[in-house]
Amino acid sequence: MIANYGYKDGSGDFFISIDTDKCDGCGDCVEQCPAGVFEMVENEFDIEDDDELAAVKPDQSRKLKYACGPCKPAAGFEKAELPCVRACEPDAIDHSW
Amino acid sequence: MAQDEKGAEYWRWTESRWTSPDVNWQDGEVVSAGVDVGSVSTQAVVMVDGKLYCFASMRTGSDSPESANNAMKWALDGTGLTLDGLHATVGTGYGRVNVPFATKAITEIACHARGGNFMYGPTVRTILDMGGQDCKAIHCDERGKVKAFLMNDKCAAGTGRGMEVFADLLGVHINDVGELSLKVEEEPPPVSSTCVVFAKSEASGLLREGWPKEKVLAAYCSAMAHRVVTLLERIGVEPEFAITGGIAKNPGVTTRLSKELGVELKTTDMDTQIAGAVGAALFARALYIKKLRKS
Repeated sequence: MIANYGYKDGSGDFFISIDTDKCDGCGDCVEQCPAGVFEMVENEFDIEDDDELAAVKPDQSRKLKYACGPCKPAAGFEKAELPCVRACEPDAIDHSW
Repeated sequence: MAQDEKGAEYWRWTESRWTSPDVNWQDGEVVSAGVDVGSVSTQAVVMVDGKLYCFASMRTGSDSPESANNAMKWALDGTGLTLDGLHATVGTGYGRVNVPFATKAITEIACHARGGNFMYGPTVRTILDMGGQDCKAIHCDERGKVKAFLMNDKCAAGTGRGMEVFADLLGVHINDVGELSLKVEEEPPPVSSTCVVFAKSEASGLLREGWPKEKVLAAYCSAMAHRVVTLLERIGVEPEFAITGGIAKNPGVTTRLSKELGVELKTTDMDTQIAGAVGAALFARALYIKKLRKS
């Protein structure tokens, strides 16, 4: 499943997508994100699955533009070098902007 | 608040309750319930062995637990069934953690996919939930399992709340807004702003310019449809396509939406507002069966 967290407003699209089929529940993104955007949650989409998944915290998903701002190209980062993207071994995290 | 001649406020949509004439809870093995406490409306649904038995749909008050209790009380009204007779209950929606009698809370995305699958059939692949205060686009498989989703809950543009504001501004009852907006000879350009607050002031300006009500509503409905289309672009639209939530009852938005997407909409004879609660009741049933298997 591709979970898109974030929003669209007058200034653009700000979504973090997590491929839950790739996410192995390691929790590295939670540790690496300097803004504390991620959390590990129970997989509510599949009640047969007892493993945890990475997700964007609900209160963060409405302000991603600002929460992620310090890691964006304007601050000198390449998209592939974002701490969360780099931390994710199975390559499950992507940003729309 | 403005009122119509019967004293009803224009924004007040119709609350409803229903009991199936064909299902009897006494004969059922698993009686499961789902409660969807949304930002604007609350639905309580009871299912007997996976069949829809009864539901109630009403406005959410300021107190989530009380709203959940009231909706369930109304749903059970006259059925002889009590809260103790429910084997499992799942809460969903904004207030999902505030359903006092729920066994578990599950995200509304999963519930809408499951409920949409039940209401529109297993061929539905894209479900758009246009709720009271947010908008969700969901891809699901033939079992109603989520493949991809996107939710916009940051702003009320493109939601039922926006439509309530317009109904009140124009003095047209919310149930009639869609039909009236289709009575324009020529489609006006959409209002430029979808933000409810800005769109309202823009609409006031248009009324001052002498635009008739139906033209202003048409401009707002098409702006709302367009906004949702741009949101859907991110995950794409796979047929078959269905809309759930209160706005699904507004042909002014749904007709324009299906025209802009070039996709036909699936229809259902069930109340489109109960999709989330139906999904929750189906999850409750699955969880109960899972628990039985384990013990």
